[in-house]
Amino acid sequence: MAQAPVLPPGFELPLEPRLPRIGSIDAVALEERAASLAKRSIKRDAKVFALELAIRTIDLTTLEGADTPGKVAAMCSKAVRPDPTDPSIPSCAAICVYPNLVPTARERLQGTGVRVAAVASGFPSGQYPTPIKVADVRSAVELGADEIDMVIDRGAFLSGRYAKVYDEVVRVKESCGESAHLKVILETGELGTYDNVRRATLLAIAGGADFVKTSTGKIPSAATLPVALCMLEAVRDVYAETGRRVGFKAAGGIRQAKQAVQHLVLVHETLGPEWLTPELYRLGASSLVNDILMQLRKEKTGAYQSPDYFTLD
Amino acid sequence: MTRLPVKKTYKLFVGGAFPRSESGRTYEAEGQNVARASRKDVRDAVRAARAAQPAWGGATAYNRGQVLYRLAEMVESRVPEFAELCGGRDEVERAIDRVVWYAGWADKLPQVLGGANPVAGPYFNFTVPEPTGVVAVLAPDASPLLGLVTRLLPPLVGGNAVVAVASETRPLAAIELAEAIATSDLPGGVVNLLTGFRSELAPVLGAHMDVNAFDIGPSNGAAAELETLAAENVKRVVHGNPDGQSPWEIAAYLELKTVWHPIGQ
Repeated sequence: MAQAPVLPPGFELPLEPRLPRIGSIDAVALEERAASLAKRSIKRDAKVFALELAIRTIDLTTLEGADTPGKVAAMCSKAVRPDPTDPSIPSCAAICVYPNLVPTARERLQGTGVRVAAVASGFPSGQYPTPIKVADVRSAVELGADEIDMVIDRGAFLSGRYAKVYDEVVRVKESCGESAHLKVILETGELGTYDNVRRATLLAIAGGADFVKTSTGKIPSAATLPVALCMLEAVRDVYAETGRRVGFKAAGGIRQAKQAVQHLVLVHETLGPEWLTPELYRLGASSLVNDILMQLRKEKTGAYQSPDYFTLD
Repeated sequence: MTRLPVKKTYKLFVGGAFPRSESGRTYEAEGQNVARASRKDVRDAVRAARAAQPAWGGATAYNRGQVLYRLAEMVESRVPEFAELCGGRDEVERAIDRVVWYAGWADKLPQVLGGANPVAGPYFNFTVPEPTGVVAVLAPDASPLLGLVTRLLPPLVGGNAVVAVASETRPLAAIELAEAIATSDLPGGVVNLLTGFRSELAPVLGAHMDVNAFDIGPSNGAAAELETLAAENVKRVVHGNPDGQSPWEIAAYLELKTVWHPIGQ
C-alpha cells in the first residue's frame, strides 16, 4: 500500500479507517430534495440569466472514435460563438476532446479565452497501469491541454483499494503541473450507491482534484440530479471543514435546457451563487447547446424554434 | 344495485396519450367542460408530431393506406356515438367514406403527382412527392366530424404529422375521433388534437418555426395576421375547403423532389 502524502490541514481524508465510515446517506431524502429543487419554476429574466450562465459554463464535448480535426475545428468555432447570428450569446467555457485532438483545438482557440480540456488517464475505463495513465496525462499537458479530465479506477475503488485510487489522483495531479486544472471523473453510474459517490468525491478532493465530475458520458446512467446533489453536498462539507473551494462538473445525459437549469438551481441552493461561475462549475455537454440557443431565441422572438435553423453539431 | 356513472373527462390528444392541458384550464362547450390548451400544449404537440413524422412518412405508401383504412373501421364501429356529436348518421357515414377515399390515394400519389420527366441530356429525371413535415390544421366549425376529417386526411395520406385545433364551439366530435385514432394503428404523435380558443392557439402555431404547413381554413378576418406569422419560416399556408375531396388537397402538403440520374452505359 502506498503512503499518502501530507494532507491539507484539518482534512484527514483519505485515512483508510475514516473512509468506510462515511455512509448512510439517506437516499430517499436525497432524491426527494433533488426532485423538489427540480420543480422550481424559473421564468423570464431568471431563465435568460440561467441559460446564458449555462452556456458560459459548458465544456463543449466530443469524445468519439470518429472525431476528426475537422469536426473539432467546427466545434471550436461553435464554442467561441455558439450562435453565429447572435453576438450577444457568450462563449462556452471550454471544449473537451481526446488528447490527439488537443493541438487542433489549441490552434483554433488561441486568444479566444475558451480553454482546452483533454480526457486522459485511460479514459473512459481507467483500467490501465498507473505509469501509463500518468504518461497519458503528461503528454496531454505537453500537447497544450489547460484542463485534464481523469477517470478514477472504479475497479480498485469497488474492491476497497481506496489507496490506489487516491495515489493515482495524487500522481495525476502532479503530472498536471502548475498550469493544468484537474477534473476527476467518478463515473457515478458504476459506483452503485450514494455512499460510494460521497466516498469517491471526498477521496478525489483529498487527492488534489480541482473539480469533481460525475460521469464519462459513456454509460447510460450519468449526471442524475440526486447524484449531483450528493457530490455537491460533499463539496460543501469540504468547504465548511477546510475552506477549500472545489469545482463541480455535471456531465452526461444533460441534453435539454430545462435539465441544465435544474442543475444550476441545485448548485445555487447547495453551494450558493459563489459557485455559479465557470471557474467552479461546468456542464459537460454537446447537444445541450443547441437546445439552449433555441430557448434563448424563443425568449427573444416569442416563437417556438426549430432545430432546422441551428447547426447540427 | 345503484351505481355511480363514470363521467368522461374531455382531454387533449398529444403523442398518442390523453393529457389534460398543462395549464389545468378548461372551458365549456356543448355543455361539457373541455380542456383549454395553452401555448405549451401547442409546443408539446408539435414536438410529438415532429418526433413521429419520420417513421410515418417513411412507412410504405401501401402501409399508410392500410392504417388509414383501419381508422375508417374504428369510426364505423362507433357510428351511434359519433352521430350524437355531429350532424347525425349521414355526416358520420360521409366522414367514414372520405377516410376510405383518401386511404386509397396513399399508393397512387407518386404516379399522379410525380413522374419521369423528359430532359435534354443523358439523364433520367424523376419527380417524387415527399411529405413537407409537420402540418398545423385549424378545423372548421361547420360539420364538426366531417370538416375535421376532411382537413386531417390530406396531410396524413401524404406522410405528414398533424397538429389540429378542434372547432372551438363543437369540440366533442374531435375528442371522440381522437379515441378512434388511438385505437387504430396510427403511431402515437402522427395526429395530435388540441381543444381550446382558436384566437389563442392559432398565432402560436403560425409563429412556430417547426411547423411546415398551416391550414388556416377559409379566409376570415385573422388570415392576414396568421399569414404574416407563417411567412417567418415560409410555411405553406392553405385556406382549407371544409368539404373538399380531391388529390390536389393532398398535393398541398407535399414537396416535389426532382432527382437527376446519369444514364449508364
